[in-house]
Amino acid sequence: MMVEIKLDALKEIKPHEIAVRFLFGGACTVMAGLIAKQWGPAIGGLFLAFPAIFPATASLIAKHEKEEKAEIGLDGTERGRLAASVDAAGTSIGCIGLIGFALVVWRELPLQHAEWVLVESLLAWVALAVGFWLYRKRRMDPEPVALPKL
Amino acid sequence: MHDLLIRFLIGGTVVSSFALLGEIFQPKSFAGLFGAAPSIALATLGLTIARHGHAYAALEARSMVLGAMAFFCYASAVSWVLLRYKTHALVTTLALMPVWFGVAFGLQALLARWAA
Repeated sequence: MMVEIKLDALKEIKPHEIAVRFLFGGACTVMAGLIAKQWGPAIGGLFLAFPAIFPATASLIAKHEKEEKAEIGLDGTERGRLAASVDAAGTSIGCIGLIGFALVVWRELPLQHAEWVLVESLLAWVALAVGFWLYRKRRMDPEPVALPKL
Repeated sequence: MHDLLIRFLIGGTVVSSFALLGEIFQPKSFAGLFGAAPSIALATLGLTIARHGHAYAALEARSMVLGAMAFFCYASAVSWVLLRYKTHALVTTLALMPVWFGVAFGLQALLARWAA
C-alpha cells in the first residue's frame, strides 16, 4: 500500500480530541522548560524527546478503530489494539529521525545560524524517518516475484 | 509567568499540528512517524536560543539524542506488547512509561560517568 493523504479523516476528529493533544503538548513543553531551569540543560534536554502525546494518540487510534467496527456490528477491540501497535511501530521508526534531528542541532548549532540549523535538522528528521519507513516496508512486504512459466 | 504561557501556547499548537498531520496519512505505520515528530523541540529551541544562547541549546540537543533513543525503546516495547498480548492501549502506553525514564536517565548517567 502506498502512502495516501486522506483529508476527510480530519472531519472525524472531535474538538475535544484536538484539545487533549493541545493541552498535553503545551503542558509537556512547559514541563521541559521548568525541568531545564531547575536541573540544567543536560536533564531538561531529555524531555525534548518525551513521548508527550503518545498515550493519548494510541488510545484514540484504538477507540476510532473500535467505533468503525461497531458501526457494522462487529467487536473491533482486538483490531483497535493491533492498529495502535502498528502506529507505535511507525513511531519507533520516527524516533530514528528524531535522533538524527537532535544530532544535527547538537553538532551544527554552535557553528551556524539557528534558522538554518532548524531547517537542516527538520530535513534530517524527514529523510531518516521516511527513508527507514520505506526500507522496512520493502523488507516486510517484498514485491511478488513473477515466476517464469514452464 | 509570561514565558511559561508563551511556551504552553507554542507547544500546544506545534504538538497538535503534528498530531493532525499524522491523522491524514495512510497507512497507519506511516502516520505513526508523526508520533515522533520533533514537536516539543521545535516549540522550545527558538525560545531557548533567544534566552540562553547557542551553546546552552546545543547541550539540550545532546541530551535530546538520549531522550530520542529512550523513545525508540519505549515505542518499540509498546508496539510489541500490543501486538503480542493485545492489551488495552492506554494502560499499556502508561504502564510502559518507566521504560522511557529508565533508558533516558540510564544513558544520561552513563554519559556523565564517561565524560567525568
